[in-house]
Order: sequence, then C-alpha cells, then structure tokens
Amino acid sequence: MKIKSLDPRVSRLELDVVDKQPDAVLHVQDHWETYQVFHQRKRGEKHSSVGIVHAPSAEMALVFAKEQYGRRGETVNMWIVNTRDVLAMDYDDYDVFATTPDKMYRDPAGYKVNDKIAEFKKSNLHV
Amino acid sequence: MYGGGYIHDDQKKKTDSIAEDPALLAEFEARIARGEKIEPRDWMPTEYRRQLIRMIEQHAHSEIIGALPEGTWITRAPGFRRKLALMAKVQDEVGHAQLLYSAAETLGKSREDMINDLINGKSKYSNVFNYPSKTWADVAVIGFLIDAAAIVNQVANSKGSYGPYCRALERICYEESFHLKQGHSIFVYLATGTPTQRAMVQDALNRWWQPIMHFFGPSDKMSQHTETLMRWKVKMASNDDMRQQFLNMYVPKIREVGITIPDPNLHKNPETNMWEFTEPDWNEFYEVIKGNGPCNAERLAVRRAAEDNGAWVRDALRKADQQYVTPLA
Repeated sequence: MKIKSLDPRVSRLELDVVDKQPDAVLHVQDHWETYQVFHQRKRGEKHSSVGIVHAPSAEMALVFAKEQYGRRGETVNMWIVNTRDVLAMDYDDYDVFATTPDKMYRDPAGYKVNDKIAEFKKSNLHV
Repeated sequence: MYGGGYIHDDQKKKTDSIAEDPALLAEFEARIARGEKIEPRDWMPTEYRRQLIRMIEQHAHSEIIGALPEGTWITRAPGFRRKLALMAKVQDEVGHAQLLYSAAETLGKSREDMINDLINGKSKYSNVFNYPSKTWADVAVIGFLIDAAAIVNQVANSKGSYGPYCRALERICYEESFHLKQGHSIFVYLATGTPTQRAMVQDALNRWWQPIMHFFGPSDKMSQHTETLMRWKVKMASNDDMRQQFLNMYVPKIREVGITIPDPNLHKNPETNMWEFTEPDWNEFYEVIKGNGPCNAERLAVRRAAEDNGAWVRDALRKADQQYVTPLA
C-alpha cells in the first residue's frame, strides 16, 4: 500500500506503508563523529562552548555549526574541535579545587588594613 | 516545540527492581536537593538515566517529526514574509531535534540508535503530529497554540536536574518564543480578516482542540510513578498543572479575537480558580500512540525515506579513520 498524503510532494514519492518493525536503517557512525562548537559573539569577547554537531570532517562541522549555532543574534567567529581531542577532567576530581575558594591570601578581599590605619591615626604614634 | 507532558513508557517494570548503591544514591539525591545539576559523567541511578534518555529522545523525535506537518505549507505560504518565517521556524525545529539528540547522546545512546527506534516505530513522539495540517490556518494553530503548550512544558523542564538537557532547553525556549509570536500573528490576521479567513481559523481550532488538550497527557489522577521523577527533577510539573497554566494564558488570547473554543463546558470555576472542561477522548489518545492515528504511517514513512535517500551522501562524506566519542556536554 502506498502513502496517500494531503501533501502532493509526499504522494509523489510513492512511499510504502512500513509494516511492523523493519530492520535498522542506520548503522553505527552513519551520522559520523561529533565536534564541539565554540562561538564568539563579538570581537573582544571570548569563545564559548555552545554544543556539538555531527559531521564527517572539521570543515563540514564548521558549515553545520554556522547553521546550527549562528541562526540568531550576533556571531563573528567560531571554532571547531573534534570531541575526541578534548581531554576532560573527571567530575569526581573536583575536590582538588574544594579549598580554593578558602584561599583568601590569593584574593584582594583577603587584605583588610583599614582597622589598623584607623587605630594608628588615633594613637600617639601618629603625628 | 514540542515536548508534551506525556512520555510513553513501556519498559518501566523491567527497571523498577534495580537496586542502587545506597551511599551513591544518597549523594546523588542530596546534590539534586541542593539545586546542583547532574553532568553526563556523574554517577546516576539506572532509572534516572533510562527515564532521561526516553524523555529527551521522545522530545527530539517530536521536534523532527513536528517539522513535517508545518513544512508541508512552506511552498503554499501566502506571501514571501510568511514563507521566510515558516522556513526559519521549520529549520529551528530540526535544529532543536539536533540539540536534543546530542543531550540524549551524552547519556550513552547514539543518534543512530535513536533514529532507528523512531522510524521502526519503537520510540514515540508527541501525538499532535499524527494529525494532518489541512489548511494554512493549521499552521497558525500549530505555531500559536502547540508551540505555546510546548513552551509551558519546556520552561518547566529547563529548571530540571540534568545539565545538558537544561542547556539545550534554554536555547530552544528562546527560539520558541519567535515561533509563538509568528503563529499568533497568523492567527490574529486570519481571525480579524474576511469571513472566509475567520471560518478557516475556526475550523482549524475545532480540529486541533482535542489534540491540544491531549498534549499534556492524562490527568495526574490517571498516571502513576511521577513521585520519584519529581524528586529527581526529571519531571518538573504535573500534567494537570501545565494544562491549567496553558489554559490560563491562552484561552483569553483565543477569545479576544472572537474565535470560539469548541468545548461548551470550558470555564474557570471561580471557587477553585481552576479550569473545568470536557475530558478529551483518552481512548483516541492511546490509539494514536499505538500507531493508529490519521498520519502515523505517513510521518514514519517520510522520515524513513529521508534517512534512506540521504544515505549515499553521508556515505560519500565518511572517512575511514572516524571514531565515535560520546559528547562531553
């Protein structure tokens, strides 16, 4: 039985009605590899990771990325990186950084001397 | 578009009994309770992973199939501006499918497997796309009301616990707001136009109202197993809450241009402040899920033909040294 559609373009394809559970149409990697996309909105701003595209090469990935991540707003530049080439840290290793926010000696807010100055100004030592 | 509230699940019983490591589970639940996101390579319960794949995958399928009933009107759009807008919208929907497929991929199911499950009828998509779009006014109703319904669901889900899905939804919701505006614009132009135009948009709403009421799924009284999914922030709002929110926002916008909602019982109960309505035919809803809707066969055949006809292009571009790696985020 052929598909009858309201859309003449579909009817012209003379598609068969697919019976129960046919074989898989796609095989592993029929949709290629993935590439991470980095998008820069304006000159001077940084490139940010916005997602991935499936593509057969970096050049094609860039073509797809322009469609997928450049359809709205401003874009001045994009980078493409093969997902395979990204070395990512494990989330479980975050404890390496757990005490970083406590290291106030690395932070301007870790240095408060106004009390000292006020005390000094009140003292006899201040001429 | 187009994630409805209703997510088809016929595998539930098989995974219900899986025992998780209590310490890891407690840590996982505490992280969600603190409002932190779960990222792809974190430990997660098997059921969490399975439910998310199912939900995001069905959402992705809905986007890619949803492009079909509207895409059919691109060649017959009344005027160049409308044609440009509809092309942009349909392209967005396919783009959304890609974003969602990639979010689901981070959970370990390949895009090829998901598309195979779609075209083999194993995996479901939103029922609304198994109905035909008979006239240009259907484009108005789909773009305005079905996208609006989808936004209600997606805004809720974007506050969920799984990082990649939330990030995809944020981008999607931003683009959906254009879809809603362009649908509303067509709706208003037709509803304030000639008597023929008004009749056309009224006819379209008459046909779409039941599928729209189906969109959020059966009443919470009828569907079970939402408690764990709510605690894990997989499901963010109940079907009834989303339907009420949709009616609150959009019933006035339909009525203000003199279009009649084809349900004489639809009214807001002043005491409970809740909308009351005629229950849509839930038997029809389940029949359409089973594959017996007016357009199920056509949608799957068209999707399958698209994959088949594109095969030689994909093949020609493939390189010998390619190696699939699950995306990072």
